[in-house]
Amino acid sequence: MSLRLLAALPFIGILIGVPFVNRTEPLVLGMPLVLAWIVMWVVLTAAIMGIVYKLDPRNRAPQDAEVRS
Amino acid sequence: MSALVIIAAITVVALYLGMRARRGHDMNLEQWSVGGRSFGTAFVFLLMAGEIYTTFTFLGGSGFAYGKGAPVYYILAYATLAYILSYWMLPPVWRYAKEHRLVSQPHFFTRKYQSPALGVLVACVGVAALVPYLVLQLKGLGIIVSTASYGAIPSTVAIWIGAVVVTAYVIVSGVRGCAWNSVVKDSMILAIAVFLGIYLPVHYYGSHAEMFRAIDAAKPGFLSFAAKGQSVTWFQSTVLLTALGFFMWPHTFGSVYTAKDERIFRRNAAILPLYQLILLFVFFCGFAAVLKVPGLKGGDIDLSLFRLSLQTFDPWFVGVIGAAGVLTALVPGSMILTTASTLLANDIYRGALMKDADDARVAKLARWFVPVIALVAVGFTLKGGETIVALLLMGYNFVTQLFPALVCSLATRNRVTKQGAFCGILAGVLVVVITTVLHVSVGQLIPFASDSFKDINIGFLALGVNIVVLAVVSAVTQPHAHADHKHASAH
Repeated sequence: MSLRLLAALPFIGILIGVPFVNRTEPLVLGMPLVLAWIVMWVVLTAAIMGIVYKLDPRNRAPQDAEVRS
Repeated sequence: MSALVIIAAITVVALYLGMRARRGHDMNLEQWSVGGRSFGTAFVFLLMAGEIYTTFTFLGGSGFAYGKGAPVYYILAYATLAYILSYWMLPPVWRYAKEHRLVSQPHFFTRKYQSPALGVLVACVGVAALVPYLVLQLKGLGIIVSTASYGAIPSTVAIWIGAVVVTAYVIVSGVRGCAWNSVVKDSMILAIAVFLGIYLPVHYYGSHAEMFRAIDAAKPGFLSFAAKGQSVTWFQSTVLLTALGFFMWPHTFGSVYTAKDERIFRRNAAILPLYQLILLFVFFCGFAAVLKVPGLKGGDIDLSLFRLSLQTFDPWFVGVIGAAGVLTALVPGSMILTTASTLLANDIYRGALMKDADDARVAKLARWFVPVIALVAVGFTLKGGETIVALLLMGYNFVTQLFPALVCSLATRNRVTKQGAFCGILAGVLVVVITTVLHVSVGQLIPFASDSFKDINIGFLALGVNIVVLAVVSAVTQPHAHADHKHASAH
């Protein structure tokens, strides 16, 4: 369950976060702030899903055992 | 001339690779439509990523950035959220499909709800969404080839050639042809988008920051969401809605079946978000064009990337960009064709007309449907007017209507009945049609609402009606407690 909470973070960051950063200035890495914010969450999402993959016990079990899970 | 040679060469390569993909496989229905469920991480990855890099993103992504500015950011956001959902949603779908040897998305609904009628409905919704999508690819192909060949090949000719190539390799190799071509397509697009997205802003403005400063000075507010219209509320609602619909496209759903094990989806959920960052570079191209090729209006905004390339590069390089563009049309086009034919043969023909048709017959029929659908799509591309535009607008909202019934069917004890699922989807689709045809917006329905509320994507109305109807009809048609009990104990 905590894995799903972790995966909920990008939803919060993107859907709820954007109204607070809806500005062009300051530019971050050459991009408008709001675009940079979304890009940051895309990268964070990849990291979060990587962590979820590592922590999820289903990915450690042998391949044919997971059909039962 | 050199541009033409390169475009022709890549088209021949696509045809060759697509044809060759069949080698060593007996092309029965399961091989043809879902690659015998044998694809590893890389192929599944490319097929699922293929959805993002279509002509729509290559031309449309840059055009959207050029014409509208900030609203284009939503494309990056919705796919990211969809990939998170895929981690939990796709493995059970895949397991069920493998267990029941399913070959299409409607097939899934038919089995889960024990209702061929529901399968037929889902197939009709799918075909209605897919054909305009194919038309869009062909249209894009025509634009790309005629622009990149400096007018030497008229778009009509390009559309016919493209349609013939795709039809040929889809008939022969089915989804295997799509997979091999997406390898070429993605490596080309990757290199070209990243190069253009870095080179164009630096070449014309000195740096990305300079470019955005110049745009902001010339068009204040262009780079962040407006207070009204395509506002933040529009962004939030559209991102959420399209994220739900993302995997409901029949060809994306079908590509899930091609995987050889379920871990592939969980692994891909971490990689795909990064992979689609390439779109960012496509946006940069569109933004670079804003001040350099000003004045494109209406449908012409989709030409921004090419117009800027034409005035920047030598013809041979325009040819390379054009060739990549051709692939962005051919590959998704072939996936759509494979899927639409499977839907017609497996789910509408076998589901509704000939219940006892065997796999061999369905496989044969599916191949016959390929040229038919291709012809219909070419017809719409060359002659289609308002209808096809309207259908296209509805496409995403159509497939999103399948989401509630699908998610409920994944629950251990599904409370939704087949009647509930059927009526919910039908009601949702009807609301989509009505609101699209009448151009209804939330603001018109609730005029007294606050401005931000008015910008909510109207698609939510359809989804809401869908869910309510689904719940109410399911409650009414719930099997008796007695029967339910018997059902439970049978497991």
